Amino acid sequence: MANEVILLDFWPSMFGMRTRIALREKGVEFEYREEDLRNKSPLLLQMNPIHKKIPVLIHNGKPVNESIIQVQYIDEVWSHKNPILPSDPYQRAQARFWADFIDKKLYDAQRKVWATKGEEQEAGKKDFIEILKTLESELGDKPYFGGDDFGYVDIALIGFYTWFPAYEKFANFSIESEVPKLIAWVKKCLQRESVAKSLPDPEKVTEFVSELRKKFVPE
Amino acid sequence: MAEEIILLDYWASMFGMRTRIALEEKGVKYEYREEDLSNKSPLLLEMNPIHKKIPVLIHKGKPICESIIQVQYIDELWPDTNPILPSDPYQRAQARFWADYIDKKTYVPCKSLWSETGEKQEAAKMEFIEVLKTLDSELGDKSFFGGNEFGLVDIAFIGFYSWFRTYEEVANLLTIVEKFPKLISWAQRCLKRESVAKTLPDSDKVLKSISDHRKTVLGID
Repeated sequence: MANEVILLDFWPSMFGMRTRIALREKGVEFEYREEDLRNKSPLLLQMNPIHKKIPVLIHNGKPVNESIIQVQYIDEVWSHKNPILPSDPYQRAQARFWADFIDKKLYDAQRKVWATKGEEQEAGKKDFIEILKTLESELGDKPYFGGDDFGYVDIALIGFYTWFPAYEKFANFSIESEVPKLIAWVKKCLQRESVAKSLPDPEKVTEFVSELRKKFVPE
Repeated sequence: MAEEIILLDYWASMFGMRTRIALEEKGVKYEYREEDLSNKSPLLLEMNPIHKKIPVLIHKGKPICESIIQVQYIDELWPDTNPILPSDPYQRAQARFWADYIDKKTYVPCKSLWSETGEKQEAAKMEFIEVLKTLDSELGDKSFFGGNEFGLVDIAFIGFYSWFRTYEEVANLLTIVEKFPKLISWAQRCLKRESVAKTLPDSDKVLKSISDHRKTVLGID
């Protein structure tokens, strides 16, 4: 049976990047479709009526929503190569915990860094750095979050890297000086083809965020 | 060999209920330890330093945090008894989606329903009614959210049923029973399962506890 995979996505989305990476890790051919988030396609609204968000993974006509759920789905369907979740149940629970932590904490914190100013931004920056430090501590001396192999938590986090220069620019700080081990981990991940092919140029992301910031922080 | 499972929990937590139900479904013996949320135990803070929340599942001394993650862990350790997640990857993705929907959409409004008054409470009511409508529609004419078998999404939501009376009284959410008969039938169906009947606290007990808390701690009413 033909495997038809379509990904509705938005190029700077750190969530969409997760699904792109997972598909490429597994060598799955897919059709990437760019969404205009100010003018969402009928297909997007039909396939994700609850949240109306990207990324939406459509496999043989059936939708799978939420990036972390898509990554698990891809891992289970194309289980023949590059396992993403560990096989041990306890390790799996830890991987799920850290991906959940990233979803619960990192997104909101990073948003304050580029979409606000003044005291609110300073507070957001402080939270954001704390969260990165927690992640860096969890990484420890391991090559990847799960140990020796690139996996679930790496995929959950790496996309945020493309937004780092934007955060640094608008909140005036250096992420590498705060979390150098995390930046070393980033560089290791970027050497993987699936990651290199799935991440946009951080400079382009910074231009995009710059435009977006004007809506929230009129200068 | 005894499995040595400890569950740090709070009797009225709809999240803790998920883990209790999952353990009961698998027939796994465990030690339940009640936490005083105003005075959290050193063990809780040690085992869940990131969120400092219940429930915390401790298996052979190692912690697993977050209720939906705990339920999946329990299902993976004891896969042959009363499977909780479906075996088909697409159905699994749908189950995870709806458990995630419940988590994303209920956490904030459900707290506001009992801890707030006025406009904030009204806004929370509207949000919660939307959730009930959506879940009612998703359930449709199925016996359980996953179809014929009790599973992850049922486990994710059933604990909220023990809070319905509290929401009705404290937030004037009249009346869930009339507006969402399908959901109420579903809840009754779930309650026929021993794991659920043993786990869910008495609705009146939850109401009394919350009413008292509103008066004495929050100074409402």
